[in-house]
Amino acid sequence: MERIKNEEIRQSDSYLKYQEFATSIRSHCIRMTNRGRSGHVGSMLSMADLLAVLYEKILRVKPENPKWPERDRFILSKGHGGAAVYAVLAEKGFFPMEWLDTYYMDNGKLSGHISHHIPGVEFSTGSLGHGLPVAAGMALAAKQAGKTHKIFCLMSDGDCNEGSTWEAIMFAAQHKLDNLTVIIDYNRIQALGKMEDVIEMEPFAKKLEDFRWAVCEIDGHNYDEIEDVLSKVPMIKGKPTWILARTVKGKCVDYLENTVSCHYKYIADDKLDEAIKGLGGQL
Amino acid sequence: MRATFNKTLVELAEKDNRIFMVLADIGYGEIEPFAENFPDRYYNAGVAEQNMTGIACGVAMEGNIAITYSIANFPTLRCLEQIRNDVCYHNANVKIVIIGGGMAYGPLGISHHSTEDLAIMRALPNLVVLAPSDCIEAKAATEAMIAHNGPVYYRCGYKNEKDIHRGAIDFKIGKAIEVTEGNDATVIYTGTIGYNAFEAVHSLERQGIKCRLISMHTIKPIDKEAILKAANETGAIVTVEEHNINGGLGSAVAEVLADHSAVGVKFKRIALPDINVSLVGSQEWLRGKYGMSSDAIADTVKALVFSKTS
Repeated sequence: MERIKNEEIRQSDSYLKYQEFATSIRSHCIRMTNRGRSGHVGSMLSMADLLAVLYEKILRVKPENPKWPERDRFILSKGHGGAAVYAVLAEKGFFPMEWLDTYYMDNGKLSGHISHHIPGVEFSTGSLGHGLPVAAGMALAAKQAGKTHKIFCLMSDGDCNEGSTWEAIMFAAQHKLDNLTVIIDYNRIQALGKMEDVIEMEPFAKKLEDFRWAVCEIDGHNYDEIEDVLSKVPMIKGKPTWILARTVKGKCVDYLENTVSCHYKYIADDKLDEAIKGLGGQL
Repeated sequence: MRATFNKTLVELAEKDNRIFMVLADIGYGEIEPFAENFPDRYYNAGVAEQNMTGIACGVAMEGNIAITYSIANFPTLRCLEQIRNDVCYHNANVKIVIIGGGMAYGPLGISHHSTEDLAIMRALPNLVVLAPSDCIEAKAATEAMIAHNGPVYYRCGYKNEKDIHRGAIDFKIGKAIEVTEGNDATVIYTGTIGYNAFEAVHSLERQGIKCRLISMHTIKPIDKEAILKAANETGAIVTVEEHNINGGLGSAVAEVLADHSAVGVKFKRIALPDINVSLVGSQEWLRGKYGMSSDAIADTVKALVFSKTS
């Protein structure tokens, strides 16, 4: 009993740690997009919990040495959500926090889509369908060289409309790239509408199983589930892992949640404090 | 020429274990020695050029040299955004090799012609653009490409191209090769159409017109010095390329002349007209149809030499 109690406390502690980190990521994203008068805040809020667990627990990276050869590679294929990764990297000490204030600004450090010119960013993306082929290439090179680091690629469901994504899905299975893990930020809303009205991917998990991947479906806002599955990859030896993380676009700002428009809007000045308070964040 | 390229690549890969080949289900009868000698560095992405390029980029980002390889425009146009965003933006050590530049696959039709590649590839930052003209240049260009740290586009010929050079050449990326000396006019060519330019220059010599012949094997960075020297010393320049008239060698040379206010230089571009080629025929027959036979090149040069400047 005692052991279980300790386990509960440990989980509770890490839960709070993840929650605090995710709240901080969301606060930064809301402020950055407000300051930049820029879009995509819904996509950032959607994946904040996934990023919190990845960078708090899973990824082996060194902020003081971003090019450490043995680091795990993390590619954000949905480059439009880059501000969320920038927030993570600043919080982790990859670069000064003040850089976040320059997001989307003239002569700014941080562009709207994620850039490898920033310490800690593995690869620049922005046009969808680019992340997975490159991640698969990195996974292939790691295998060939007998290296043990892992490659993680965080993608959007819209990313999976692209033919190049499916080319890479087939390639990764063919070459048994079990050092490669894809996480889908599965919020089911793409740029012009809901997936069921644009390109329905269901049965999504079955598709990937049929394409010879190890597939797992989780709640993308449940830290225990995220941590549990990411700690155990590869799920099946000899297969790449596909994690379908069900998320809510615009998560934690109630009037943005599950809207198409949160792909474009920023939170206006007069709603900023309320939104950040609603997250439980500090003003 | 493709045989020369593949043979040279195998020789280089023996010495350099960073060299990978990532191709897209093309290369039968040519790529087998690489595949057999280096099975852990040979990957067929299947008929999927976008993924081929992305995979190659990922492989290169890990400290390797990755070759992408396919027919004519397949490894360029189908995956242009991967070349731009992934390869060029990250300055990844990817070498994009096409087999059959220009109309080398003649009767197969326009789907297998590569006649806009020089224009499109040279518009991409960080990308070196090479178009060797014979097997001697092809070998040297392959070695230079591998030695260069960064992305390179390599427009390879197909087969049975005749040699222009005799013996060893001094091949440097960005440095044109003067094939023959002359001061009456300059003929600048790129790629395998060079042999027709070579024959044209010899024919003109017999007629008493001594032309300088320049192999512009590197379209980017272009050898400005050689162009301006030719303009200054010969006063007339004809460019010859198996490529749409827009944006290729002729345009690149014209840009140099215009940027340096090379006023009064006679100038003519021999290239394909801005059309979709729908005629059916061999490469040499098609060249003839579009004014690129040796005789037609000689006639164009002669007409320019004897024309009056306006």
